[in-house]
Amino acid sequence: MSRNARRLLLRIAFYVLVIFIVIYTVFPFYWAINSSLKAGTDLFSAAFLPPSPAWTNYVSVFEDQPFALNILNSVYVSGVTVIISLFLAVTAAYALGRIKFSGRGVLLLVVLSVSMFPQIAVLSGLYEVMRWLGLIQRLESLIISYVIFTLPFTVWILTTFMRELPKELEEAAIVDGASPWQTISRVFLPLLGPALATTGLLAFIAAWNEFLFALTFVGNNNETQTIPVAIANFSGASEFELPWGGIMAASVIVTVPLIVLVLIFQRMIVSGLTAGAVKG
Amino acid sequence: MATVKLENVTKSFGELQIIKGVDLEINDNEFVVFVGPSGCGKSTLLRLIAGLEDITSGDLSIDGSVVNDLPPSERGIAMVFQSYALYPHMTVYENMAFGLKLAKESRESIEGKVREAARILQLEHLLDRKPKEMSGGQRQRVAIGRAIVRNPKVFLFDEPLSNLDAALRVQMRIEIAKLHHDLDATMVYVTHDQVEAMTLADKIVVLHGGIVEQVGSPLELYHHPRNLFVAGFIGSPKMNFIATKVTAVDDAGVSVTLPGGETIKVPVNGENVQPGDKVTYGVRPEHMIETGDADAHIDGEVFVVERLGGDTYAYVRAEGTEMITVQTSGDSHVGVGDKLHIGVSAATSHLFVADGDALPLLARNPMADARKGGMLSDAPGPKAEPH
Repeated sequence: MSRNARRLLLRIAFYVLVIFIVIYTVFPFYWAINSSLKAGTDLFSAAFLPPSPAWTNYVSVFEDQPFALNILNSVYVSGVTVIISLFLAVTAAYALGRIKFSGRGVLLLVVLSVSMFPQIAVLSGLYEVMRWLGLIQRLESLIISYVIFTLPFTVWILTTFMRELPKELEEAAIVDGASPWQTISRVFLPLLGPALATTGLLAFIAAWNEFLFALTFVGNNNETQTIPVAIANFSGASEFELPWGGIMAASVIVTVPLIVLVLIFQRMIVSGLTAGAVKG
Repeated sequence: MATVKLENVTKSFGELQIIKGVDLEINDNEFVVFVGPSGCGKSTLLRLIAGLEDITSGDLSIDGSVVNDLPPSERGIAMVFQSYALYPHMTVYENMAFGLKLAKESRESIEGKVREAARILQLEHLLDRKPKEMSGGQRQRVAIGRAIVRNPKVFLFDEPLSNLDAALRVQMRIEIAKLHHDLDATMVYVTHDQVEAMTLADKIVVLHGGIVEQVGSPLELYHHPRNLFVAGFIGSPKMNFIATKVTAVDDAGVSVTLPGGETIKVPVNGENVQPGDKVTYGVRPEHMIETGDADAHIDGEVFVVERLGGDTYAYVRAEGTEMITVQTSGDSHVGVGDKLHIGVSAATSHLFVADGDALPLLARNPMADARKGGMLSDAPGPKAEPH
């Protein structure tokens, strides 16, 4: 085989692989959009394009279920989780990344190992705690538990970034008379923008998609459910009908905000992730 | 403006003692330069004065009061860092105003001080720029401006020119000298570059291994080094050292043998040496005479020649020595393989006893107490750097 032919073959193989990967990752989402636009019996056809596209599924999601309220619940829970988690993580990262104290490495490892517990392992204990606090069926229970499981990685990522900031910058601020909090808020925070966008987004996605805690703590009430639980609990006209169209429409609705967020912060995320990885 | 006084100051990091007891007085308006090889503790000493490190033991006074336990912002100091350490997200104006804003000064007062500093440093047209949009020299000027607006008692510079290229370094050196003249401020400056030390300092402090080797005016260190370390560290190229033995001692000096057998009588105080003692003979490359017309001679063969245009360095191998550097004029025709009959004169020779201490010269060099090279008060400042 000539060299050129071999090169051509390798090229073709490469693009076949690329096409396979793209289809593999994008197809489920495409199918969700496709199904969400099919009404009635069209749902049972395997057509790759809806024969008669209709918005009825989208309308029914908001009319038959308190889905708007569910979205608000999720926005509230995820938003507050991100704010609390970032605030605690920035202050913790300042201590872990910039101040020398004994046991720092051990502390970081403990933080990391906490994130390794499977959710199910802490679920029953956490449920008791929430009941004791009187937070069952309240969204605050979710905020507290999401902060618990987002903190380890927000602390870790921000600590890495915090370490990279030049020491002289902090010392210049000290000579200028800045207190630790002023150093964090007026010098470090503006420089940590990409890191905050990255970690904030990851925390938001984690909280937005979380199912197990949400089902356990607030799953009994349509009004307090977050999106994943609400979608799982969608009911059809009869108990024998699964409302596939509605489920697909709801999935598309709640995925779009995430995609928009990622696109907005895309450049920051990429630069942020590599900056953390290469120099860490 | 103010004095700085260190009394038996030490600094340890855990078990490791970095500063081993430093006594030093810095006078009002003095420009003091700390020099020394890497790891000698010069930056640590500066950071102790700044308050960025805690003093392990001893006392540090600024302007007469002990400031050991005061935070940097209350010591009346301002510091210029090697890496500039400008706040990247702030404009030049905000960088300079930051400290004043934290001190809750009025807007008008801040504006006035920043504009004045910008005028002194010719930064007025750059006030709205961000650090990343400026050249190294401009950034360094902003860093200095940030120090000026604080109106400190003492300016601290930590190797401020190390990150600049050679041409800019010379220009900024002149600017710093002019600034010292204009502000009449006490300045402490750390560098490993002995040209910066020689040109800027009223007083040089040579540090080595956490202790002060010698304190004095630049030419005092050059002409009267107290020991082998200072003799080798000050001056470029480095002083030549030749191991030898004392042959005779009298009131007029100490005689030693040179490679090749000739004897030279160095005019030093020989009270503490006897004939037969091992000593080190030192003479600077610029004091060696290629043509050989001198008090004594060393014979050797040239093995490398470096021509710099104005000067020529000949590296010579002589019997019983590793290498002798001879500085001669740019017109010299000396070539590799030439046999040289190098002259040395007694007046520019030094002797060091076995533990490294210099034998004191009998006559003090008149230049050792010379006035520092200064500048006319109405001298034109260096031109603003093009951008």
